[in-house]
Amino acid sequence: MEKRIIIDHQLLQIIVERLCRQIIEKHDSFKHSVILGMQPRGVFLAERIHKKLQDILQKEIPLGYLDATFYRDDFRRKDIQLKANETKVPFAIEGKNVILVDDVLYTGRTVRAAMDAMIAFGRPERVDLAVLIDRKHSRNLPIQANYVGKGVNCLDSEKVLVELTEQEGILEDNIWLMSKMTV
Amino acid sequence: MSQLSVPHLLGIKELTREDIELILTTAKHFKEIINRPIKKVPSLRDVTIANVFFENSTRTRLSFELAQKRLSADVVNFSSSSSSVKKGETLLDTVNNILAMKVDMIVMRHSSVGAPHFLAKHIKANIVNAGDGTHEHPTQALLDSFSIHEKLGVVEGKKVCIFGDILHSRVALSNIFALKKQGAEVMVCGPNTLLPRYLNELGVKVELDLRKALQWCDVANVLRIQLERQTIKYFPSLREYSLYYGINKEILDSLDKEILIMHPGPINRGIEITSDVADSPHSIILDQVENGVAVRMAVLYLLAGRG
Repeated sequence: MEKRIIIDHQLLQIIVERLCRQIIEKHDSFKHSVILGMQPRGVFLAERIHKKLQDILQKEIPLGYLDATFYRDDFRRKDIQLKANETKVPFAIEGKNVILVDDVLYTGRTVRAAMDAMIAFGRPERVDLAVLIDRKHSRNLPIQANYVGKGVNCLDSEKVLVELTEQEGILEDNIWLMSKMTV
Repeated sequence: MSQLSVPHLLGIKELTREDIELILTTAKHFKEIINRPIKKVPSLRDVTIANVFFENSTRTRLSFELAQKRLSADVVNFSSSSSSVKKGETLLDTVNNILAMKVDMIVMRHSSVGAPHFLAKHIKANIVNAGDGTHEHPTQALLDSFSIHEKLGVVEGKKVCIFGDILHSRVALSNIFALKKQGAEVMVCGPNTLLPRYLNELGVKVELDLRKALQWCDVANVLRIQLERQTIKYFPSLREYSLYYGINKEILDSLDKEILIMHPGPINRGIEITSDVADSPHSIILDQVENGVAVRMAVLYLLAGRG
């Protein structure tokens, strides 16, 4: 495996700041806006965006965690079973402007499952999607992100590895692109 | 690890500690789901499950059926009293006929010990034992462990005493396996005639005195006297049984600590437990019923995912 950094700690801070500004531009007063981080790895980014937004706007913004494991369409079609994570949505989704947050947008299937999971809590007014990495040209479903940290052109054989300091054993924020060595 | 080590849930005996822990953590997520306004997830929408009950049941069957519906599975119900079993069909033929209609999972209760194990050897579907005779009732033991974990935060190291008719109880045996595997201390308490001989081999303490047993334990799991399974007389009368082994408020108040009261149901009020105990704040009997749905969802989900 060959790996190279596509986003380092410094760039990540700039990107989170920019994403927040873009979200504010569209969400204006944040009166009915809530943030939902997608389990397992979208939650860390969601927490960072949430903190930054609260710093900038100086107001409380609701934050929740959404696990889409039980809504996935690949159940019984995969060899390995995915582990479920905690869902915590301590507010009503009904009528809200939801900002879904995930780390990597790839096939779009996780986002589809997450939207189903979200709708179990009520009918949102509008749903936006914010992602750190958009793996372009690899969607299986007609799903696009409204806010993109960085678009990446990569092959299916390549992998995007997200390392954030909130994860266990990670000391430094780094986003890597891993590709199989070509001989 | 996020996968069970077995394709069937025949008994707790066949499970590893990791399996039990996986089921209990998965059940926690399902408990959150069944408390939502929309209590349903689409996970098992392409799975068909047959509930095959050769023995009466209200709670377990309802609980399984609700669990299946909350997971969006297709459900068919079958009870022996209204079926061709009465016309002399064998168990294997009955089940094979059900499977020929493309059923993926079988939840079975049967009065014969080992009936689900026999089935597992001969058919392809995933099998969940919903009680086989006096042998095992694994989902009940799992929901009991889940309830203890929920109330006390941990099962390991806790002292659990099972009271009553141990000899005829599948709940007792499954609970002993489940609790021992999770590192709890287990005691049984009841009249000598209702205690099976193999208890020592299972590493279970035995106490004949009700008060001493209550004083020892953190959790009291009280069982029903199963008169329908008792072919001979094991004690002089129900009245005498309840005098010696009935749990009432006075005896609980006389202890110098508070203990958790559990009962798998159905309760015979006034025999093994009085109403004021069954309905007291220490009793978690109805929590057990609620948790039953979540635990059964976890079992069905994890088995279906194994394919």
